[in-house]
Amino acid sequence: MAMKVEHEMHERRKGRNMGVFVLLLGLIGIVFGLTVVKVLGLSDIRQMERFDHVARPALEPGALEAAERRAAEIAAEAEANAATTGGDN
Amino acid sequence: MTDATHQTQTNDAQMGDYFALMKPRVMQLVVFTALVGLLVAPVGVNPFVGFVGILCIAVGAGASGALNMWWDADIDAIMKRTTNRPIPSGAVQPGEALGIGLALSFFSVILLFLATNALAAGLLAFTIFFYAVVYSMWLKRSTPQNIVIGGAAGAFPPMIGWAVATGSVSIESVLMFALIFMWTPPHFWALALFVKSDYGNANVPMLTETHGRRTTRNHILAYCVPLVLVALGLGFTSIGGPFYLAVALGLNAWFLKGCYDIWARSDADSEADNHAVEKHTFKVSLYYLFGHFGALLVEALLRANGLTAWAGW
Repeated sequence: MAMKVEHEMHERRKGRNMGVFVLLLGLIGIVFGLTVVKVLGLSDIRQMERFDHVARPALEPGALEAAERRAAEIAAEAEANAATTGGDN
Repeated sequence: MTDATHQTQTNDAQMGDYFALMKPRVMQLVVFTALVGLLVAPVGVNPFVGFVGILCIAVGAGASGALNMWWDADIDAIMKRTTNRPIPSGAVQPGEALGIGLALSFFSVILLFLATNALAAGLLAFTIFFYAVVYSMWLKRSTPQNIVIGGAAGAFPPMIGWAVATGSVSIESVLMFALIFMWTPPHFWALALFVKSDYGNANVPMLTETHGRRTTRNHILAYCVPLVLVALGLGFTSIGGPFYLAVALGLNAWFLKGCYDIWARSDADSEADNHAVEKHTFKVSLYYLFGHFGALLVEALLRANGLTAWAGW
C-alpha cells in the first residue's frame, strides 16, 4: 500500500507555510546583512574577535593602543636601520 | 486514532489575515514619519541599518496593533466599523493574535537593539507598551481623553527614527513627537463629528458622546492653537528652514481656518450641509501631517545640497 503523505491540510495551509518560509528567509538575510555591515564598519577588524564571549585582554583598547605604538616603534627602528644600512652601502 | 483526530478546521487563517492584525494603514503613517525622523537627523546611517531600523519600527507598531486587536476583540465585534477585523470575523483566534503580538514585539525590539542602539530599542518597547497597555487596556474604556494621551503612541515613530540615527533625544525629535501628539486630537475629533459611530454601544467613552458635540468643537480649536505653535517652532530648529516654514505657514493657516470654522458653527449648520466643513477639515488634517513631514524631508535634501544658504539659513 502506498504511503499517503499528502493531507488536504497541507494544501490548505500552503499559503501561510510559504509566508512563514519567506519571513524566515528574510530574517536570515537581515541577520546576515547586519553582520556584514557591522563587521565592515569596524575601524579595526581585530575588534571582531571581541565578541566571542571570552575575555581577550590583548584586545582591550589600552592593549590595542600599546600594540599599535609598539608596531610604530618597530617600523621606525626598521626604517632607521634600513637608512643606516643604505648609508653604509 | 479516533475520528475526532481527523477533523480539521476549514477556515484556517491565511497570511493576509495575520497581516491585517498589524493594522497596515496605521503602519503607513508610522513608516513615513519614522523614515523622516531618520533621514533629517544630522548623523548618517548605513542604508541597510536604516532599512532594518525602519522595518523594526513598522513591525513593532504592527505588533502593538495585534495586541490591541486581541484585547479589544469584544468591542470590535460590537462596532460596525470593526466587525470585519480578523478576530471578530473568526479568521484568527484571539490566542493567535496574542502570540503574534508578543512574538513580534520581542523580535522587533531585540533586533532594533542589535542593529542600532539601546535608546531606539527602549523607545520602541515603550511605544508598544504604551499603545497595548496604557491606551488599549487602561485609557480607551475609561476616559474621553483616551485619544489625547493614547496619541502619544503614534507620535513616537519619528523620535525613534531620530534615535536610530543619533542615539539620542533632542529638541528636534521632541518637537516632531509633539507635532503628531497635538495633531491627533483635532484629527480624530473632526472625524468623530461626521462619522456615525457606535462607540456608545461598546461603552467606549468618546468625547462627542460623553461631553457633547459643542464641547468637541471647542476642544478641536483649543488643541489646534498649540499645534500651530509646535509646527512653526519646528521650523526654527536645526531641521527647519525657509522651505519648511513656507509650507508650514500655508498648512497651519489652512488647518487653523478649518478648526475655527468647525468651532464657529452649530450642529444644526453641520447637519444642514451633511458635515461638509468637518469632512473638509478632516481631509486637510491628513494633508497637514504628511505635508509637514514631507517638507522636513525636502528641507533636509535642500540643506544637503547647499540650497538653503541663499536665505541666510
